[in-house]
Amino acid sequence: MAITKVTSHISPNEQLIFERSQTGRIGYRLPALDVDEVPLEIPTEFRRDDDLEGMPEVSEVDVIRHFIRMSTWNYSIDLGMYPLGSCTMKYNSRLNERVARIAGFANLHPLTDEQDAQGALQVIYELQEHLAEITGLPGISLQPAAGAHGEMTGIMIIRAFLDSRDGAAASHRRTMLIPDSAHGTNPASAHLSGFSVKTIKSTAEGLTDLEHLRELCSHGDVAGLMLTNPNTLGLFERNIKQICEIVHEAGGLVYMDGANMNALVGVARPGDMGVDVIHLNLHKTFSTPHGGGGPGCGPCSCTKELEPFLPLPRIVKSSESTFRLDYDQPRSIGRVKAFFGNYGMMLRALSYTLTHGNDGLREATEAAVLNARYVAAGLAQDYDKPFAGSPMHEVVFTDKRQSRKGVHTLDIAKRLIDYGFHPMTIYFPMIVQGAMLIEPTESVGRQELDQFIAAMRSIASEAVENPELVLNAPHDTRIGRLDEAAAARKPVLRWKPKQDT
Amino acid sequence: MANVPEDLHYSKDHEWVRVDGDQAIIGITDYAQNSLGDVVYVELPKAEDEFAANESFGSVESVKAVSEVFTPVAGVVVKINESLADEPETVNSDPYGEGWMIRVKMSNPGEVDSLLTAAEYEDFTKAETE
Amino acid sequence: MLEAIGLGAAEELFDSIPQDLVLQRPLDTPSALSEIELLDRFEQMGARNAGARRTSFMGGGAYSHYIPTIVDHILSRSEFFTAYTPYQPEISQGTLQTIFEFQTLVCQLTGMEVANASMYDGSTGLAEAVLMAERVTKRSKIIASSAAHPQYLEVVRTYVQHAGIHLELAQFDEQTGQSWKSLAEAIDDATAALVVQSPNFFGCVEDLGALADAAHARGALLIVAITEAMSLGLLKSPGACGADIVVAEGQSFGVPLSFGGPYVGLFATKEKYARQIPGRLVGEAYDKKGRRGFVLTLATREQHIRREKATSNICTNEGLIALAATVYLETMGRRGIQEAAHQCAQKAAYARRAISGLDGYTLPFTGACFNEFVVRGPIKSLELLSRLGKEKEIDAGIALSRFMSDRPNDFLVCVTETNTRAQIDALVGGLEQNRAR
Repeated sequence: MAITKVTSHISPNEQLIFERSQTGRIGYRLPALDVDEVPLEIPTEFRRDDDLEGMPEVSEVDVIRHFIRMSTWNYSIDLGMYPLGSCTMKYNSRLNERVARIAGFANLHPLTDEQDAQGALQVIYELQEHLAEITGLPGISLQPAAGAHGEMTGIMIIRAFLDSRDGAAASHRRTMLIPDSAHGTNPASAHLSGFSVKTIKSTAEGLTDLEHLRELCSHGDVAGLMLTNPNTLGLFERNIKQICEIVHEAGGLVYMDGANMNALVGVARPGDMGVDVIHLNLHKTFSTPHGGGGPGCGPCSCTKELEPFLPLPRIVKSSESTFRLDYDQPRSIGRVKAFFGNYGMMLRALSYTLTHGNDGLREATEAAVLNARYVAAGLAQDYDKPFAGSPMHEVVFTDKRQSRKGVHTLDIAKRLIDYGFHPMTIYFPMIVQGAMLIEPTESVGRQELDQFIAAMRSIASEAVENPELVLNAPHDTRIGRLDEAAAARKPVLRWKPKQDT
Repeated sequence: MANVPEDLHYSKDHEWVRVDGDQAIIGITDYAQNSLGDVVYVELPKAEDEFAANESFGSVESVKAVSEVFTPVAGVVVKINESLADEPETVNSDPYGEGWMIRVKMSNPGEVDSLLTAAEYEDFTKAETE
Repeated sequence: MLEAIGLGAAEELFDSIPQDLVLQRPLDTPSALSEIELLDRFEQMGARNAGARRTSFMGGGAYSHYIPTIVDHILSRSEFFTAYTPYQPEISQGTLQTIFEFQTLVCQLTGMEVANASMYDGSTGLAEAVLMAERVTKRSKIIASSAAHPQYLEVVRTYVQHAGIHLELAQFDEQTGQSWKSLAEAIDDATAALVVQSPNFFGCVEDLGALADAAHARGALLIVAITEAMSLGLLKSPGACGADIVVAEGQSFGVPLSFGGPYVGLFATKEKYARQIPGRLVGEAYDKKGRRGFVLTLATREQHIRREKATSNICTNEGLIALAATVYLETMGRRGIQEAAHQCAQKAAYARRAISGLDGYTLPFTGACFNEFVVRGPIKSLELLSRLGKEKEIDAGIALSRFMSDRPNDFLVCVTETNTRAQIDALVGGLEQNRAR
C-alpha cells in the first residue's frame, strides 16, 4: 500500500482575498432598513455604476481563516526577542489594550463639547505632564501622529521662533546641521520646513566632531542642529552640553531626535542637557504597539521660550480638575493633524507610565542598557565592533570580518531567521559598513539573550566553515529571498482581475 | 576587475563619454553599475534639455540606493535611450554599449580633453576602493 | 549579568553620561499602580465623558459606523499588532499581504490605479497630496475649496507654509453649498492643483467630472479629499470622474471614534505618478522557486534612502488601522459596503424630510447630500445642541459656529446605518420641542 504524504495544506498557501472571492457570499448582516425607501436626490451621473466590481465577496469564516492564516506567517514581539535597533521592540502590554477599549474613550467623538469630554482631556493633560517631566522640557503637544511628524513639528517650531526673533534677518539662517549617522527622516523633515542640510562628521570615536561643528557654526547661517542622543550608534554624546552651547552661541537651536529615549528615561533629561525641542516615539519608548507599521504617536516637547509656537489647540487646565482647549495661541505654527492626534496611543502610553511608576521607568532603562551591554560583550569575539565606546541601549557591529569571506550582513540576518529570531536592523546607520544595529530592550531575559548570542556566534562560525548555509538562508520559511529588483522594475502594486482574452 | 574601455573618456563621478563628431554619448561605468547593484529605474531628461558641465541630468535607482548622474560635458540633449524605460537592467549588463543614457551636442567639444583617460580612471577607482 | 560585563552596580551603566546630568532624584511622576487600581482610574476618567453615552448624529470628519465583531478580534492577534515594519519579508508575509490587499481595496473604492500603505489620516494625506502636486506639475499655486473641512485646510496651511506654495480659497455658493463652480472659474495656468472635498464639509456632493475637465484643460491636477469614506459605496468614484489624486479618511471602515485617533489616511493616484507618491508601497515579488510573496518596494522614494529629497518624511504610518479597514472591507465586502452606504443615504433622507417639515427649521443648502446636511434652527445652535444633549441624551449635530462666525444658527447633522428610525424620530421630536428661546 502506497502512502501518499500530503505536503501542502492550504494554510501556508493562503491566497489573496480576491482570489478566494465567490459571487454571492456575504460576511455581514445589517438590520433591515427601517425607514421608507425613497428616490435619492443625488443625480444619477454622480452615483456609482460599477457595483463595486472586483471587491471581495466572502463569508465571515472565510475572513477569519484568511487573516488567521496570514498572521501565522509573521514574526512578532510576543514570539520572542525582536532586536530591531532604533525601534525599541518592547512588550506591548495587554492592559494598555484594555484601557484603550474602555467605551468612555472608544466611543467618544472628537468634536464632543469640552464639558462632555473632560475625562478624555484629563488623559491628554496627565500624559503631557509625565512626558514633560521625563524630558525636562515643559512645553508639550501630543498632536503629531508619529516620530517623523513630531520631527517636522519641532523643526517648524524652530523656524517660527527664529523668524519671530530675527525678523527679515532669519532668511539668512536656513541651514540645519545633521550628523552623517542620522535617521533619514531628519533631513527629510528639515526640508519640509524650508531648511537646507549640512552634514556634520563623526569622530573616530563615533561622536559628533566638535571642531567640525564649530566650523559649521561660524558662518552665521545655522538655524539649528538635529541630534540623536544616544546617537544611532548607541553611544551617549558626552559633550552634549558643549554641543548645545556651541549651537546656541551661534544663534541656533538644538533639536533632539528622541528615538533613543529608552536609554535615558528616569536617568537623564534632554532639557537638562541644553536641548530646546525634542520629539518622542510613544510606539518605541512607551510601549504602544508597532502594529505592523503604526499607528505611532510623536509628541513634541520644548522649552518655555518655544512653547508659544506649539501646534493648536493646547490642552490646559482651567481649574484643579477641569480642562479646556486653548486656541488662543497667535504664534502657533498651526495645526499638524485634524482633531487631537493619535489619541488611542496616548491612552496606552499613560497606562504604561502608571503601570511602571517612576521607579519602574528607571528600572526599565537600566535593564535595557544592561541587556545591550551584555549582548555587546557576548558578540565581541566574533564580530567587529567599529567603536570602542560603551554602548547604551543598542550596539552596532560591522560585517567587516565576515565580508572578507564573502558573507555579508544581509546573509547573516537571513540566517538568523533560521535560528528563530527576527533579525536586527541592518545597513543603518549608513556610516558603518554592513551595520548590524542590535537593541534587545528590557523585555528580554538572560536566557533568551544567551540564545541570541549563541545563534550569532554559530552564524559567525558557519560563515567560515560552511558559507553556503548562510548565503542561501533562510531555509525554513514559506518563501525564500524575494527578487526585489524585479519587483521594483515592473511594480505590481495591486491585485487585478484576470483580463479575458 | 571592472571593465574600462580604452577609447572612452571618464569623470570622477563614474560617467563615461564616447565622442562622435561634435556629439557625446554618455553613460555610467562598469564600476558604477557594480556598486549600485541591480538597476531598477533610470530617470532621464527630455530631448532639447540643456546642461552645464557637471550638472545632474538624471538618476539611477537600484533597490536600496539612488545616485544622481552628472554630464561631464556641457551640451544640449539630442537623444535619450528610450529602451532603458522597459529594460533598466541593460545598464548592468552592457554599461558601455546598449546601456548608454544620453547623447548630447557638445557646447564646448574641447571639454573632453580635461576628462580622465582610461588609465587615469582605472587608477582613480583603485584608490577609491582602498 | 552586571558581573558578566564587568560592572559592580547598575549606576555604572551610565558612566558615559556626565555625572552632573544624571538624575539624583526619582522622576516626579506617580508611583506604580496595580492593574485593579489602574483600570479603576481609567474607568473613572472614561465615565466623565458623557458624550460617549449619547445617541449621536455627529459627523464632521469622524463617523459612527457599525464595526463587525471580528475586526477587533483579528487586530488583537499578536502577530499583527506586536510586529513592526516588514523589513524582513520572509517573516512578515502576513503584514505584507494584508497591506497589498489594503492597497487593492483602496484602488477599487477610489477608482484609482495605485494606492499606498496609508498616511496618518485624511488631513495629513491631503497636505501630502498638495506637496505631491507641486512636485509633479512644478507649479506652486493651489486653489482649494472653502467647503473643505476647516481642520483639513488648517493642516494644509501648516504643511505648505515653508514650501513656497501659495494657497488660495475658492468660495462655496451660499445657495447650493457647493464650491465646484468657483473652483473651476478660479483656475489659471499657474495652478498646480484644485482641491475639493466631496461630499464637502456641509455634506454636499460636488461635480468632480466638471472639476477634472477644468483642471486638465489648464495642465493642473484634481485632488479630491473625502472625509466620509462610506460615501464611496454609493457615489461615483473620484477616479471614474477623472481625479488625479484621491485622499480619504478611512475611519468609517472599522475604526472606532476614539476621540479623534488613531485613524488612517487613504492615498491613491494614477500609475504614472507612482514614483512621486509618498509613503510605503507593497509590491508583488517572487523567490527563486517561483513562489509569490510581497515586499516593500520603490523604497528609493522614501526618506531612508532619498533623505532630504524624499517624496515625504513619513516612516511609521497607520499599519494596524489600515488592517482594521482591510478586515472591515473584506467582511462587509462588495454587497455590504453598498448596503451600508444605501442605508446611510436613506436614513439621512428620512431625517432631512422630517426636519425640513418642522416649523422654524430649514435646510439652507440645496446641493444633494450623502449622509450629512446642514440644518438652520430658530435659536443659536450651541444652545440648542446643549439642551438636546442634557435633556434628551442626544448629540444632535455639530454647531457650525465652532468653525465659522457667520452661521450662528446652523448645525451639521450626520446619519449613519447605526441610527435607528426611533432615534431619528427622537431627534426630530427634540428639535421640535426646543424651538423657543
